[in-house]
Amino acid sequence: MSAGMIAVVVVACYLALLLVLGLFSNFFFRGTASDYFLASRGIGSFLLLMSLFGTTMTAFALVGSSGEAFKGGIGVYGKMASWSGIVHSACFFLIGIKLWSFGAKYGYVTQIQFFRDRFDSDKIGLVLFPILVGLVIPYLLIGVISSGTVIQNITGGAFPDLFPSANPRFNGAIPYWLGVAVICLVVLIYVFFGGVRGTAWANAFQTIVFMILGCVTFFAIADKMGGPVAATQLVRQYNPSKLKSTATAEDQKVYEQKLAAWEKDKKDAVIKPKKPESIAKLAFLSYMLIPLSVGMFPHLFQHWLTARSARSFRLPVIAHPIMIMIVWVPCVLIGVWATSAIVGGKPIIPPNFSNPNAVFVLMVKKMTGPVLGGFLAAGILAAIMSSLDSQFLCVGSIFTNDIVGHYLSHDRLTDRQRVLVGRLFVIAIVLVTYMIAIAWRKIGVFPMAVWCFSGFASLFPLVFASLYWKRVTKMGAYACVITAAVVWFVLFRESGWGANRTYLVGGMMPVATIIGCSTASLILVSLVTKPPSPATVEKFFGSKS
Amino acid sequence: MRKLVYVMIVLLALVHQDFWWWDRIDPLVFGFIPIGLAYQAGVSIAAAALWAMAVKYCWPEGLVSEQGADTPLTGGDA
Repeated sequence: MSAGMIAVVVVACYLALLLVLGLFSNFFFRGTASDYFLASRGIGSFLLLMSLFGTTMTAFALVGSSGEAFKGGIGVYGKMASWSGIVHSACFFLIGIKLWSFGAKYGYVTQIQFFRDRFDSDKIGLVLFPILVGLVIPYLLIGVISSGTVIQNITGGAFPDLFPSANPRFNGAIPYWLGVAVICLVVLIYVFFGGVRGTAWANAFQTIVFMILGCVTFFAIADKMGGPVAATQLVRQYNPSKLKSTATAEDQKVYEQKLAAWEKDKKDAVIKPKKPESIAKLAFLSYMLIPLSVGMFPHLFQHWLTARSARSFRLPVIAHPIMIMIVWVPCVLIGVWATSAIVGGKPIIPPNFSNPNAVFVLMVKKMTGPVLGGFLAAGILAAIMSSLDSQFLCVGSIFTNDIVGHYLSHDRLTDRQRVLVGRLFVIAIVLVTYMIAIAWRKIGVFPMAVWCFSGFASLFPLVFASLYWKRVTKMGAYACVITAAVVWFVLFRESGWGANRTYLVGGMMPVATIIGCSTASLILVSLVTKPPSPATVEKFFGSKS
Repeated sequence: MRKLVYVMIVLLALVHQDFWWWDRIDPLVFGFIPIGLAYQAGVSIAAAALWAMAVKYCWPEGLVSEQGADTPLTGGDA
């Protein structure tokens, strides 16, 4: 059996298991909208932890982290992972618990319902709706496009008669359009039948899968390289700058010497050194703002509302940073080791390899067996799907509860009608996403992710002020949303629509400027406009206020 | 205690800027993890410990609801 066919079998078994899980969760479905969208607010600590972690960690945690480490060294962990550990838990603790409590008391399902009430403004939903959905769709596309690409890359040689290709890498591989269709269909089925409960169960299963596979892969690769100590020593020998958070002038000099030696005698030098990369302290600090996006993700809001009680948040708040560490440290090390990995006297990664996101898959392919390669593909798909499902469901929920339920039918939908409309919208969104993913296949995934996260993060002041500042006003909220949208758009255009990956404003990530502007407009406009009514303040801050 | 925990979280965010290790590889923790990466992994562990303290000593006050119920979906009042 070819390696591609082994991967097909492993992935097919995995997807079948997911379907069984999704369909099984349907047995617990009570037929109500509250059950479909919020699992009757009955999710306990462990499932909440798993679904929150699975939703926030995308394929980037496995593939992107090792790719970025391959390119820039260990500094990627500090930039992205440890900041996320601090900030995500802060969002769960400071934002999630309070929003859950309002949701449980006032029956909210979507963020827009909360903001409508909190700012006593029916129209704010119409401003927020296009922005939230407009930011979730690119996030959805990141997962869908990545899943099709992963399936095509790992199934080469499986069906040479059925899917012949001039490119030897893809000869016999499951084509992109079919891979995307299969993933969309599987997610659609378990979201359609299981609602948010099916999503939470699937996320728990998938999170366990990709964590275990990440660790198994790490040990298998370390073993093949003669142990982790030997693997790190090779990096020290060939690419020492990758073992530091940032490169120095001395590293640049060492790099130039090693490059000259490699060009003189490629056989003897074996490894072509990688260019050292450095990061300014201010830019490193500004990375802390990106994970604030978690406070405004509509799909996380929905997961928060599924909690059984406020106490259910305790485990996710505490364990989330550790879970991030367990996934990221092995992946970063694999990425760094890949810069200098040699087996049988030859480099594992070709000298002019230019696709860092493929480093992880390549290391697994070349250093482990086809079975582990198949399992790893399943692990990557698990990471992708555990975010996709929540996003599909939340966009369906926003359309159902905010647009059809509130603005079109003026809250006259029955419970059964809400479930039906929700399911129909999930199907429609999956179809639309599929078509966009086919048409925009070549779009850059990394810049899309950075700008999408920056957009959500720029709305963080809105949710924070709504929970902690009694004086924030309706007009302040409008000013915040509109300023964030305008500044985001201007900077996105300035960056060449995301093409300039190193685009900074004043030495910091663009998100810092956007958050600064949205916060300033929220505060200034709130201070000069009419304060919220005493009834609204009492509803959200209690009678003592 | 509440204030102390929040101060410690802010301190953690500050010491996350570990520029004193930035150009160092050694010591290698367990013989293979460069100090910069080991330190940041330590930041993750410290974050978990501090959030555990926050859960114990800084639990949000005045929650309008502590125990979930299968509340009917209202769609908001506005």
